[in-house]
Amino acid sequence: MSTTAAPHVGHDEVVEPAPPHAAHHTSTGLSNEKLAMWVFLGSECLLFGALISTFLLYRNRPVLNGPSVAELYDIPFTSVSSFVLLMSSLTMVLALSATQRGDATRSRIWLLTTALLGSSFVAGQVYEFTTFVREGFGFTTNLQSSSFYVLTGFHGAHVTIGILILLSLVVMSVRGALPAARAETVEIAGLYWHFVDVVWIVIFTVVYLIR
Amino acid sequence: MSLQEAAAAGAAAHAHEETVTGTGHAHPSDRSYVGIALILAVITAAEVASFYLEDELGSILIPALIVMMIVKFATVAGWFMHLRFDSNIFTRLFVSGIVLAAGVYLATLASFEFFSKDGVPGPARAVEEQSE
Repeated sequence: MSTTAAPHVGHDEVVEPAPPHAAHHTSTGLSNEKLAMWVFLGSECLLFGALISTFLLYRNRPVLNGPSVAELYDIPFTSVSSFVLLMSSLTMVLALSATQRGDATRSRIWLLTTALLGSSFVAGQVYEFTTFVREGFGFTTNLQSSSFYVLTGFHGAHVTIGILILLSLVVMSVRGALPAARAETVEIAGLYWHFVDVVWIVIFTVVYLIR
Repeated sequence: MSLQEAAAAGAAAHAHEETVTGTGHAHPSDRSYVGIALILAVITAAEVASFYLEDELGSILIPALIVMMIVKFATVAGWFMHLRFDSNIFTRLFVSGIVLAAGVYLATLASFEFFSKDGVPGPARAVEEQSE
């Protein structure tokens, strides 16, 4: 019996399927790259925890200058943005699923869809920031505004980095450097993307909905 | 056809039902992922609806929003991030980060009297009362 996996013909090219039960040759038996990503995500909890706590501390303080952020929220708009980001997690996991079964075309489609949904979210955030600034709620207007922009801005920066990672994956896929055997690359990028989504789940509830 | 080839062909045909990853853990099917996304969408809709029912829900509103947030968080982490199917080490690492962050920042918020009646720290309240 041959030890090499047979190639699987995808929609438009020949791709290598992932070995079904390949164990990682590490001391833990797990992928070091994936382990590193989880450690990174664990540390990111502390970063976003600090930013959310800072905002909460200043949210209830009387505003000495400019409007309060609660007066400016557009909940229907932010709800749609949240829904878009939530659905991007679905398209991300579908991209991983397609990559794992060697379907390069669908993998690219879902990766691009995820990037597009992420871009829509960032565009919504830019629109929200622009509206707030026009209403006199600038970055240095008061402590509440500074903490709000730092928190949501850091999250937006994370989403933007995620979009760049997704586009890099699409380029890799087009060049044939993302076969099923390397689906873990998509999985690790997906972990980052889903984390950005779960952070927004917390921000949406704690910052926008709970007053 | 060798056994290896037969296994590869079988795995490709079975891919829509269940995907087996490189670590040998079974992941949900695409249909399951769509179902989970629908559940998440419904919970999000419930969150937004409850926001507009603030007067009707009263004191239940904040606990209800927090519960829905935790359910959404756990669902994404468990299913989309595959924590339910992967090694427990990943879960422990992630949960350690969350518990550490929650502990540190809840203590910080408590020390700044965030959980007091009006959420305004004591020293700041004294200054505000003086200025009034």
